[in-house]
Amino acid sequence: VFGTGHTLPELHQMLRQTCRDYADKELAPIAGQLDKTHTFPAKQIRELGAMGVMAVEVPESLGGAGMDYLAYSLAVEELSRGCASTGVIVSVNNSLYLGPVLKFGTDEQKKQWITPFTTGERVGCFALSEPGNGSDAGAASTMARQEGDCWVLNGTKAWITNSYDASAAVVLATTDKTLKHKGISAFLLPMPHPGLSLGKREDKLGIRASSTANLILDDCRIPHGNLLGQCGMGFKIAMQTLDSGRIGIASQALGIAQASLDCAADYAHKRSAFGAPIAKMQAIQFKLADMAVAIESARLLTWRAALLRDAKQPYTKEAAMAKLSASEAATFVSHQAIQVLGGMGYVTDMPAERHYRDARITEIYEGTSEIQRLVIANQVLKEYQ
Amino acid sequence: MTARVLVGVKRVIDYAVKIRVKPDNTGVVTDGVKHSMNPFCEIAVEEAVRLKEKKLVQEVVAVSCGPQQVQETIRTALAMGADRGIHVEVSGKDYDSLGPLQVSKILAALAKKEEASLIILGKQAIDDDCNQTGQMTAALLDWPQGTFASELVIEGDKVKVVREIDGGLETIKLNMPVVVTADLRLNTPRYATLPNIMKAKKKKIANMKPGDLGVDMTSRVEVLRVDEPPQRQAGVKVESVEDLVSKLKEAGRI
Repeated sequence: VFGTGHTLPELHQMLRQTCRDYADKELAPIAGQLDKTHTFPAKQIRELGAMGVMAVEVPESLGGAGMDYLAYSLAVEELSRGCASTGVIVSVNNSLYLGPVLKFGTDEQKKQWITPFTTGERVGCFALSEPGNGSDAGAASTMARQEGDCWVLNGTKAWITNSYDASAAVVLATTDKTLKHKGISAFLLPMPHPGLSLGKREDKLGIRASSTANLILDDCRIPHGNLLGQCGMGFKIAMQTLDSGRIGIASQALGIAQASLDCAADYAHKRSAFGAPIAKMQAIQFKLADMAVAIESARLLTWRAALLRDAKQPYTKEAAMAKLSASEAATFVSHQAIQVLGGMGYVTDMPAERHYRDARITEIYEGTSEIQRLVIANQVLKEYQ
Repeated sequence: MTARVLVGVKRVIDYAVKIRVKPDNTGVVTDGVKHSMNPFCEIAVEEAVRLKEKKLVQEVVAVSCGPQQVQETIRTALAMGADRGIHVEVSGKDYDSLGPLQVSKILAALAKKEEASLIILGKQAIDDDCNQTGQMTAALLDWPQGTFASELVIEGDKVKVVREIDGGLETIKLNMPVVVTADLRLNTPRYATLPNIMKAKKKKIANMKPGDLGVDMTSRVEVLRVDEPPQRQAGVKVESVEDLVSKLKEAGRI
């Protein structure tokens, strides 16, 4: 990509095309309806599973596609361009659920918790945030104690994507409060499960086809072997998982932004005012130019983060930059797209209003824009120490 | 089990693209325009791959004629499940004047070389709409043909084809080897899966020239001029059915 060709490798081009075709034919036509009815796209998720998209990085031996993170980023962007909800369902399954199990799981755990989640038949979720703490992940108050050969979990997790549709969760809980964030551990929780109940489905502004709810753990018992990694490793697992997840969300934001630009540019050619298509007016042209630059720069940052991760190089700063720029691009571009469409941008006849609503969450979840700035500043300052 | 199926795949301008005629009226603009596999060729590939999955054929070979870029089209066929590809290099003026006659000669030569017993093609290409290649290939090989197929069933050494014709559906039985051309309702092509896209990379694409197959590329057709279709005129509103009938009579339409 950044080498002599300046184009994506053929494999990645083919993958991008197949995901784009799928999004155009199977997602875009139903996205409005899915949003209106808050319906989980179960059939489409199974089809995407069959295509290998639900487990892009998972090795073929475990049922995945065995491809790299650049491929994953392209897939999520193209799918999100058709339907942002589908994009986040795919991203959460790949990055936040399969990611940590792949990296920190034992061979036994991988067989049990990865393979059934590659086909689209089952999806997973990731439970870190709580009603009392989002950004302040270290303050997690969900507790896990040992009792015989079980772990017993108590507490509440908040804002969990895929909650109502998931068959498993990676849950972060405190095993030793005295060690503060070094006393947090990660657990594998089957869903449904005795001692686990779900809160009400959140009624959201956007990404409404994906379910979001609290996970309520009330003396929830899980086998001892459900500990992921070692005791006290939870915070590290969460932070590394989020680094990867940020590339996924950046890709989702790019898809939303691109869909908005597609909508606005197409409209500008067709809509006339003062005797000419509005595409001829500089005010519109300047908007479209700013929108295109915002997307392209965020996309290159996202690809760079993915390529660094694929090369097994540090990528925390770049992933945060990607997520920050892509999410701000999504809100900016979708906002301007409505402006280009005028009144038509405000009604549900056009997808612009849905893109605007879908875009907003990308600046919040998987690390707010404020947290991204702290992460980036932290990395930058280290370079000057 | 049938040994080998040959599937022809054509690289055409993508169906969603707005076609523009070149300023010199010699053809349409293709530079920088999105291209993809002809939709009827996709259906042909899908059918061949399904036959292989049912273990009714052993090997699916995808063929395309054209310049370097057609390798993308062949690779798409490989990603859908074809086993190997053949790229017959045709470029420059030969490519500009490439038509069903030359392609069918190439396919006929390849069918003999590869000892194929079944050729599946799209019924027509969405750029020239010729609907001739399948028919010509069968004639050159002296093979039976089942065109506009909406159903294909292999029964021993015979092939049953249900054809979509003006009057409805016609069912015929043909002795192999045969040429079949795919119509819209034959199947719904699959999306290439990521693992198959990966596998496609390792599959072989052989290169050859029409000369290697003893095919003369001279065209007997010369395109004189290409024009846009006339601009659609605005309609006229009428007050009554009598008005409508008299206006249609005036225009010589009835």
